[in-house]
Amino acid sequence: MFARVVWLVLRKDLMVEVRSLEIAYTTLFFAVSCVLVFAFALVQEGRPPEDGAAGILWISIAFAGTLALGRAFERERQSETLRALMLAPAARPAIYVGKLLGIVALLVAGEMVLVPLIALLFQAPLLARPVWLAVILVTGTVGFAAVGTLFAAMLVRARSRDVLLPVLLYPITVPVIIAGVRATAALLQPDVDGEILRFWFALLVCFDVVFVTLALWTFEPLMTD
Amino acid sequence: MTAVDFDELKVDDVSRHFGRRRAISHVSFSVTRGSLLGLLGPNGAGKSTLLAMLATLLRPSAGRIRYGAHDSATPGSALRSAIGVLGHDLFLYPELTAGENLEFFAGLYAVADPRASAIEALQLAGLADRADDAVSSFSRGMRQRVALERALIHRPRLLLLDEPFTGLDDASGAALTARLRALRETGAIVVLATHDLDLAEGLLDRAIFLRDGRMLDTVERPDGLRSTYRGVMSRPHATTVAGRGA
Repeated sequence: MFARVVWLVLRKDLMVEVRSLEIAYTTLFFAVSCVLVFAFALVQEGRPPEDGAAGILWISIAFAGTLALGRAFERERQSETLRALMLAPAARPAIYVGKLLGIVALLVAGEMVLVPLIALLFQAPLLARPVWLAVILVTGTVGFAAVGTLFAAMLVRARSRDVLLPVLLYPITVPVIIAGVRATAALLQPDVDGEILRFWFALLVCFDVVFVTLALWTFEPLMTD
Repeated sequence: MTAVDFDELKVDDVSRHFGRRRAISHVSFSVTRGSLLGLLGPNGAGKSTLLAMLATLLRPSAGRIRYGAHDSATPGSALRSAIGVLGHDLFLYPELTAGENLEFFAGLYAVADPRASAIEALQLAGLADRADDAVSSFSRGMRQRVALERALIHRPRLLLLDEPFTGLDDASGAALTARLRALRETGAIVVLATHDLDLAEGLLDRAIFLRDGRMLDTVERPDGLRSTYRGVMSRPHATTVAGRGA
């Protein structure tokens, strides 16, 4: 039952997005603009700053992710469909996981465009170890989206939700973003230090476990009343 | 998961506050299966808040709501699967087709065959030929019909309707009235909040009149609903059901 509800919510969110492409276009446009601004500002005479690519990648993911989170729940607010989800006899944590996976899928799709763009503009060997990069990106994105999905759902009825979401989200997800930046930067070294890479990756996994567990635990009481 | 079944909905001295504002104050009534209850009152009377509490979306600040042997303090999935809600907003995804919307909600309510239920529901709504059209392309009346079928797709014991006649033309309004009567015959408990006294005329088994969160009066099988409404609403504030009894 839990997995079925997760799948139903995820499939519904993806179907809505495929029809409208609203979040995909806006977040991608925003993230690409962000990367271009940083590229013009930081790449001097064809020389990018050291480790700059890792930082720019994660800043773009965080900014675009905040936009995607806001829009994903604004959609549920407009027709009060979040209320309909809460009225359904489905486990509320399953609804949360379905929404979370939908956000993660959208962000990962965006990252597939961002990574080659940043690799090109910042002359960074981001695609030298694609499997490790994919693992780090997915792990970091899950940690960021786990907190973001919870906060975006909580704030859906708040009048100043657009302001409150980043204010609440960034301080809590800073450890995820730092770990993501450090793990990605470690990957970009000519000789990858496996120990450092594994340390930051393990930290990312720890954040994921803590954030997802806390969100699953608190989603139902926070969404009641 | 088995849905909770019950023969009676009992609201016992229920109040609901939002901060210092009292939205519902000491409301009590009961309604049995096969009955149609109307919540009538001006804007801000507390009708939607009361419906939200009956739907388990809000907890009462005081008092109890009982669904047969079940209490609103422990709503749970089994109780929610016995309740259908048609809100003022329609709870439909405009980007999805009518069929996809109904199939999605049928799946959430663990209906045995979501697709077949969606098709059947669209036939009942008279929209079988529009199953593959996005809800955003529908008129308000058509959306309202789809939304009603969404609320009914799991055959709930308790149906809660907030302004169900909004946006319906005469024919659709009459069709909805007939549908509600049919639901009453099947043993459903129907609670509807409405301003449309003309369409509610002759439909209700009981009308509860609310103003400023207080229950002013309750009338069994009301006739001449508009004149009764005017008479009840012209009473001074102190004359509530509880007040008269005191």
